[in-house]
Amino acid sequence: MSNWFDLSTWNLALVLAAMGAAVWWGVRGARGGFRPAIRRIAGVEAMEEAVGRATELGRPVFYVAGTQDLDDVQTVASMGILGAVGRMTARHGCNLVMPTDRSLVLAAAREVLRESYTAVGRPDSYAPDMVSYISDDQFGFAARVDGMIAREKPAACFLQGAFFAESLLLAEAGAHAGALQVAGTATNHQLPFLVAACDHVLIGEEFFAAEAYLSGDPEKLGSLRGQDVVKNVAVLLLLGVPLVVTLAGVAGWTWAGNLRDFVLRLLQT
Amino acid sequence: MSTSLEIWVSAALTLMVMSFLWRDNPFYKFAEHLFVGVSAGYLMVMGFWSTLWPNAIVKLVPTAARVTDPTAALPDREPLILIPLFLGCLMLLRLWPRLSWLARWPTAFAVGTTLGYNLVRSVRSNFLEQIHATVAPGLWISSASGGVDWAATLNQLLLVVGTACALAYFTYTRSGRGFRGGVARSGLLVLMIAFGASFAYAVMSRITLLVGRLQFLLGDWLGLV
Repeated sequence: MSNWFDLSTWNLALVLAAMGAAVWWGVRGARGGFRPAIRRIAGVEAMEEAVGRATELGRPVFYVAGTQDLDDVQTVASMGILGAVGRMTARHGCNLVMPTDRSLVLAAAREVLRESYTAVGRPDSYAPDMVSYISDDQFGFAARVDGMIAREKPAACFLQGAFFAESLLLAEAGAHAGALQVAGTATNHQLPFLVAACDHVLIGEEFFAAEAYLSGDPEKLGSLRGQDVVKNVAVLLLLGVPLVVTLAGVAGWTWAGNLRDFVLRLLQT
Repeated sequence: MSTSLEIWVSAALTLMVMSFLWRDNPFYKFAEHLFVGVSAGYLMVMGFWSTLWPNAIVKLVPTAARVTDPTAALPDREPLILIPLFLGCLMLLRLWPRLSWLARWPTAFAVGTTLGYNLVRSVRSNFLEQIHATVAPGLWISSASGGVDWAATLNQLLLVVGTACALAYFTYTRSGRGFRGGVARSGLLVLMIAFGASFAYAVMSRITLLVGRLQFLLGDWLGLV
């Protein structure tokens, strides 16, 4: 039994089950017809504006899905946003350019765009050449994309995915070309650069919520509602547990000590 | 001034790349294409010798280990490696339109296993451990002498309230008004302050990189410093 299950991590199983239940509850509500009100996310709303601007100016839209492979959850999330951006460019008849640095991302992005263009009734406008492979090398890729941006002068740049030291190089090139830039990443240490150099930024969790927001799919929005329950519980824990810990330590109340021990064990992995 | 050809080539390529600061030009284009071509070729060769050869060829044909190292011990044959090798070969079917749909299988396998693996890891390290580290000290921090460490207590209070406000910013099923909206806006303020501090720190490290390049140009190449 112990070879199959690590029973000492019961708390992790409990938390995962509770999180899953919250998401299931949100999705079930959406299937039942409940449509949650979602607050405005400025970065997501700016995407349509960016594509519209590119169409009016007759200049291309650039999309960079980060510099990581498909085994990074941010790249997977970026494919969802790419689908939405692809539908926008297909509807507007705008040229989309997407350089990639991984062969798997190249293959996945072509599939996503082909489906997007077909979904809006413009399969003839889709061309596999929209997505190109540059190099697996981080700075080789950045140098090439910077050159492409400088020459093609896109009106909109979407930097959506996991970025590292090349983030500012790409964002700065886009800003220099006068593009309206919408960035999104959950890579904490690159967010400051993108906030400084881009017009709109999807910060961390917003980046993962963007696809649900863009698609308007009730089930995905219901999933957001379930995730919000988890976040609200986390906020309550963040505010409540320090008070309990303090009471247990300063006042010496037994019940507070027991509650503290239970909650801290629940959170310990 | 250096007489080494390697340093002259490095210096010339550095200047070509830096010329992008002025504008796009043929020198930058040359450096860009050289960089992309060399890096793509280098990584392809590295991918073969550091990934495909030891993880596939050698595990199927152990004697192949002696090709790169004549004194290497022969490993056991691992036929299970045929499964990932088969999935990898399916990727190549993308080149034949009639069979290209099969290339979706390895992609689906990579995405599915990654998401499943990362789910537990993310909940553990990005959620539970972060909350635990924030709440475990409580709000009342004692000093070594037994009294109250007011600076540490204030710091802990800011950390707890700031983290809770920042997390509240990432809830979506609420309006942007009222008390909850105010808390979320406070969270955004906390995030921006953190980004500002992080940006300033990172700018310093980028300046260090620039200084390193200038030292190379002025010292190793021109011999001026």
